[in-house]
Amino acid sequence: MKSHVWRPLYVVIALVVGLLVFRFFYVPNDFGSGKRGFMYSFHRMSNEEEWKKQPVKYGATGKERMHEYCSACHGAVVKVRTEDLHGIIPCEDCHGPALNHPEAPEKLNIDRTRELCLRCHTSLPYTTSERKRIPGIDPKGHNPGIECVKCHNPHNPRLEEMK
Amino acid sequence: MVEQLAQKVLEVHGEAWTIKELFVLPNEYIYWSIQIVMYPFMTGLVAGAFVLSSLYHVFGVEKLKEIARFSLVFSFALLPVAMMPLLMHLQQPFRGINVMMTPHFTSAIAAFGIVFSTYGCIVATELWLVYRKHFVLTAQALNAQQNRSAVDNFRLLIFTCLTLGAWDISHEAIEKDHHACKIMAGIGIPVACFLHGYAGFIFGSVKANALWMTPLMPVIFICSAVVSGVALCILCYVIVQEFRKFMAKRKMARWAKDVDAPTVEELEGAKHMEVMLASNYLLYFMIAAITLEILDLIFRGYTQVKSWDILREVIMERDFTKIFILQYGLGNLVPFLMMALPGRTVRRTTIATVLVLFGVFMMRYNVVIGGQAFSLSFAGFMDYHLPIIPHSIETYKEGLLGALTVITTPFVLFFVINKFLPAFLKEDSSH
Amino acid sequence: MERREFLKSCIMVIAGASVPLSALTLIDPRKVLAANPDIQWAFLVDTNKCVGCGFCVMACKTENDIPLDANVTRTWVERYVYTKDDRRYVDSPKGALNGYTESRIDLGKGEFKEIDPKNVGKAFFVPKLCNHCTTPPCTQVCPVGATYKTDDGVVLVDRKWCIGCGYCIMACPYAARFFHPLLHVADKCTFCYHRITKGLDSACVNACPFGARRMGNIHNINDPITQLIMNERVGVLKDEFGTKPQAFYIGLAQEVR
Repeated sequence: MKSHVWRPLYVVIALVVGLLVFRFFYVPNDFGSGKRGFMYSFHRMSNEEEWKKQPVKYGATGKERMHEYCSACHGAVVKVRTEDLHGIIPCEDCHGPALNHPEAPEKLNIDRTRELCLRCHTSLPYTTSERKRIPGIDPKGHNPGIECVKCHNPHNPRLEEMK
Repeated sequence: MVEQLAQKVLEVHGEAWTIKELFVLPNEYIYWSIQIVMYPFMTGLVAGAFVLSSLYHVFGVEKLKEIARFSLVFSFALLPVAMMPLLMHLQQPFRGINVMMTPHFTSAIAAFGIVFSTYGCIVATELWLVYRKHFVLTAQALNAQQNRSAVDNFRLLIFTCLTLGAWDISHEAIEKDHHACKIMAGIGIPVACFLHGYAGFIFGSVKANALWMTPLMPVIFICSAVVSGVALCILCYVIVQEFRKFMAKRKMARWAKDVDAPTVEELEGAKHMEVMLASNYLLYFMIAAITLEILDLIFRGYTQVKSWDILREVIMERDFTKIFILQYGLGNLVPFLMMALPGRTVRRTTIATVLVLFGVFMMRYNVVIGGQAFSLSFAGFMDYHLPIIPHSIETYKEGLLGALTVITTPFVLFFVINKFLPAFLKEDSSH
Repeated sequence: MERREFLKSCIMVIAGASVPLSALTLIDPRKVLAANPDIQWAFLVDTNKCVGCGFCVMACKTENDIPLDANVTRTWVERYVYTKDDRRYVDSPKGALNGYTESRIDLGKGEFKEIDPKNVGKAFFVPKLCNHCTTPPCTQVCPVGATYKTDDGVVLVDRKWCIGCGYCIMACPYAARFFHPLLHVADKCTFCYHRITKGLDSACVNACPFGARRMGNIHNINDPITQLIMNERVGVLKDEFGTKPQAFYIGLAQEVR
């Protein structure tokens, strides 16, 4: 090892040591593998908590717990609504995400546009899909430019209930 | 203004240069664009240049002596540039160091930091061993000099550091260098092949991509890497020698005024011999590379698995010009004939090397961009439009200018490194 | 003596070999699942119920702060239309963020194809999202350990550690990943990890009026979703890649890839 040809090796060793020291301070100490091993779950453990802390925007108004969240305050109204034809639609799909309602926002921003209704009620000639069971219109022919809610009651869309 | 800003911020990566046709999934874009074409191209040049230099150091092909030393220095100049396209295409370039910090070794890219650094160390060591005598002599000469200028003082400092304190230049010491250099070059060849082979593995192991996924990919990449590296070395060598010839004729450079400076005839003779020999190796590697590429293509066409329908349309119709005319025709067949036909001259070989370089570049392009030219749905296509005039950092980095930046950097670096590690040294101060 | 030894060793070998063999037989998957009470999230898409309204895409983008205008999305709905003369058209304009309000098919490059309603054979909608594979190729290829599968089976991206190389995007056979247009890191469906860990449904499940999307714990034998997956004829997307997807589909056509 006395030979001078080993000197580059010393330089390399010094570099590696320097890198390892830097690594010691740079890498968060909760880096490691989870239950699924190194290949699929090598990560910074605290990141899972970061994801869990993301703000929730929509309440529990889904199919599974229909309108449960809204009925805590708007109970009577919601009860009526759920019995209607559009009762399967979660409130927040049209009324917008609840966020921290009633604090912020105090009033939800309701989407009353024609485009919202057209998502389901555009007539498409797809007889093999569930779409066939939904009444549809031709958006270009059926009162273009006028909001649907001007004539139709969005909560009870039966034609005899038209405004 | 605010609207404009919002527009700019909302730029989805890939949207600026991807044109979708028929059914392409909403999140599909050409995410890996020109920089990822540059990456295997540049790594290939590094690996190829190193392999060429090793032919002399390890296998003792004496005739390649001069071009070998040149390739070694050039390979060192190319080294940082192999990393550049990768860094430039990262969305978070400042986190690039994470690859070294928490390498996830099941990823082909994770090894990059380590293999690349190992390789860098090997090349640097080899250079040190080759040039140690030069460092010592220069430092001693500068030290002996009276009333040094600031520049000379700086050079003295640099050269003193470069010697790493090993001042012994006795015959035995130099012999030891020689021996160690041979060993380093021997270790270097597999590492160079690994460096580039795994660049091929990065693509070959992506099972989601029908065009990339083949175990032949790393081997194809190594062969074409050597082809491109050797071609670039021949090309640069010829250019530099022509330049030196010009200088020798006019006695323009400092070295040209020396009494024992090489004459024009000597330079011409050396050039002819080295180029002829190196181009033989170029031919061998070209045969290997093309054979493998064609084998891959034939195999895909013959087995006709599910993806073949869409691959056939991309290869045989949409990218036909790029693949068969530019890559195989102009980039492989023409230079092959130019070099293989009898009566080969230096000039013909030089033109052939330019075409070979173009051919290898097109091969990288057709693999990287071609692999993203079809949708994962197998029902749509994506067209790549290279951004030429940049209107944002993104379109600069992933556009023509970004690619040109990557191409020009090694030459600038070579110019600088050449100041300390002269690629053309006289016999007495190196081996 | 020799024969005795031989017979003895023979019996030993047979006995030894029969142990693992008996261990292999008579395993009831339900028992294994029941003995493993931890959570394993799974998704169930009933393509028969989807009408292509796109409320799920809207809710997902809103819930997870993906800009609505950006042409990338964590979940999307595809439309498949087959004509009677055996042609197939597929599209998903803006990932169906605004639903399907036109009958013409988006062919890309600004071209559209109007199909004669009389010529339409079968047509249906397929919601798609990250499959949260059991062996996700995307996490395998991440060079820095910035994407990973949690113990409860959700694939997440560490936004603070991702270098943005795009390798995971390339490795995903489902094109479920993309670069976040504002954060410039890889992004993907998280199964709304912040919601499901609080006992809420994911935003898309929550928003679906028709019950086309559902989520459950596949390790819980009594979970209605687990029951459905066990009893219905479910399929997964692109199983040839060996990724073992955890998003199951009812009513999958072979053209859906």
